[in-house]
Amino acid sequence: MKRWWLRGLRPRLLVAFVLVTVVGAAAAAWSSAGTASAALVSSAQERLTSGLTSQIGAITPQLAFPPDQATLDRLRGAAGANAVVTYQGLRSSAGLEPATEALRTAVRAQHRMLTERVDVGGAPWLVIGTPVLITAPDGTRTPSGIEVYSAEDLTAVNQQVQGLTTNAVATAAIALPLAVLLALLAARSVLRPVRELRDTARRLADGELAARTPPKGADELAQLTVSINEMAESVQTSMIAMERMQADAKRFAADVSHELRTPLSTLTAVMEVLETAAGEMEPDAQESAQLAITETHRLVRLVEDLMEVSRFDAGTARARIEEVDVAAAVRDCLRARGWTGEVELSAQEGIVLGTDRRRLDVVVANLVGNALRHGAPPVAVRVSAPGEKVRIEVTDHGPGLSEEVLPHVFDRFYKADAARVRTPGSGLGLAIALENVRLHGGTLIAENTGSGARFVLELPRENR
Amino acid sequence: MVAILLIEDDPLVRRGLELALSRHGHAVRTAETGEAGLDAFAASTPDLVVLDLMLPGIDGFEVCRRIRRAGDVPVIMLTARGDDFDVVGGLAAGADDYVIKPAQPTVLDARIRAVLRRTQGSGEGVRMHGDLRIDTASLTVSLRGEPVPLTPTELRLLLTVSRGPGRVFSRQQLLEEVWEHDYLGDSRLVDNCVQRLRAKIETDPANPVYVQTVRGFGYRFGPV
Repeated sequence: MKRWWLRGLRPRLLVAFVLVTVVGAAAAAWSSAGTASAALVSSAQERLTSGLTSQIGAITPQLAFPPDQATLDRLRGAAGANAVVTYQGLRSSAGLEPATEALRTAVRAQHRMLTERVDVGGAPWLVIGTPVLITAPDGTRTPSGIEVYSAEDLTAVNQQVQGLTTNAVATAAIALPLAVLLALLAARSVLRPVRELRDTARRLADGELAARTPPKGADELAQLTVSINEMAESVQTSMIAMERMQADAKRFAADVSHELRTPLSTLTAVMEVLETAAGEMEPDAQESAQLAITETHRLVRLVEDLMEVSRFDAGTARARIEEVDVAAAVRDCLRARGWTGEVELSAQEGIVLGTDRRRLDVVVANLVGNALRHGAPPVAVRVSAPGEKVRIEVTDHGPGLSEEVLPHVFDRFYKADAARVRTPGSGLGLAIALENVRLHGGTLIAENTGSGARFVLELPRENR
Repeated sequence: MVAILLIEDDPLVRRGLELALSRHGHAVRTAETGEAGLDAFAASTPDLVVLDLMLPGIDGFEVCRRIRRAGDVPVIMLTARGDDFDVVGGLAAGADDYVIKPAQPTVLDARIRAVLRRTQGSGEGVRMHGDLRIDTASLTVSLRGEPVPLTPTELRLLLTVSRGPGRVFSRQQLLEEVWEHDYLGDSRLVDNCVQRLRAKIETDPANPVYVQTVRGFGYRFGPV
């Protein structure tokens, strides 16, 4: 969940837009406010210096030279409230000394007007320093040695500059919601097609292969939509072809087994006649009859299993749910097949389960028959009811299931060993057992115990 | 010698079953269509009918219904495994039992004999329950003095449950006692037969007095 707020496209676009707007507005405001304030300050400075120059220029012709203290005081009076006038040792001051030593030295050395900005108690001041020049009748100007320093308060100008900055910030702030709105609009125009594509992809994944998104416009998203539609089209086409082939194959198996049933009915009917008559036959005819009988029984079993599998494939298999005493059902199953002596049954009594009696019998018979055929004794069957489930475990003490066999043990007609002697089973027994378990919403797994194989059947207590 | 009418359309299956059932000591007559079967039935009433449900012309269900209307001759049908539609439809049409195809003659013979045994009385006397009179010797049942015609299976079911009024019989027990089925018997046989029996002896079959349902367990007779 790190940086969750940057996960969606919308917040990312929003953040990017706002950042760009804020930085842009701030830069513009900062630069324009800077330029404006510089212009303000320089014009104020010019106004003040020219004012001082003209005031001093108006009064100097009336002054005696060299000046005495009174002359300096008059000059200071003309220069303004916060002025200081000096001449060699003499000095006229209102008590303030705004000019720094550096300014004074510079004015003395350069003999021209200089300015300096100082900070007095947090307020900005402009200090102007100028030498008073004597103009000779021939026009040459020489420094008189009198220096005038005047300080002017710049607070008003500064306030004007601050006003400008505040204005710029306010303008930027007004731009912010506008930027958010624009970002949302932009995000929506990008996100809507993306979201539609996502929904379509999800429907496709859920198996709705006809799902498409109509492409809008001609941008990259529209191209992506077209590509996805093409992909869905080709997936749908091949799925339909595959499903049809599969359905054909399944229907073929169902039809074949159905067609086989009629001749098998005749064979089944007459085999018993043959069996009772076999005693009077020649030995080779008798053996032939016996082979025919055995193979007919096997054929019947195979066709019945094939039809059962076809019903699962066609989805027409239905469970006929009844209340069944599991321990009694397992016991009956073993007894009916003469396995009671070969199998160790430990069953918890009194477990009643809503299940299909015949199908449960098929599953148990297949598992136990399998254990007896391929495993080794002792074969143990355990019936228990842990939690909301009913568990039937069939364990044998044979060689167990090899790594290659284990994943295929429930496959149809899977032969662990190609050269294996044919067994009485149809090769469909475990596949049918698994389908029956699934029909009941249960699970059936095969595993090795280390000393044999174990099949664990679990059925939910609450059956739909 | 039991007179059996076998109605089956496939000639080889028909001949095979005829051979096998004859070998079990039955007198078998055959018919290849429903119409021919009904004609043979009308010409001479057999002791029992073995009926294939898949017939050209009028189908097995209709043949079964007409035989039922004509009397109480037991019907055993031949159905495909897993074809619940056949089983349910056949039982609703009034069949007494069914055998799954391909039918083993031994199994079919066992069912035939079980059905015919249902007409044997216990001969202990007459049971009176309310308006219902059950004569276990002559195997007749009458309601308010009127005789009630019951098929052998319905009769055997009534005799079995009325043997112990108030006692609960599970479907499994009834399947074993009345139908002589093994532990995998189809409980729908019981439910269907109970319904048919109720239709004949109960005043209000929806609120039965004689054969009552015990939910989750089975059925009991009365108490009246």
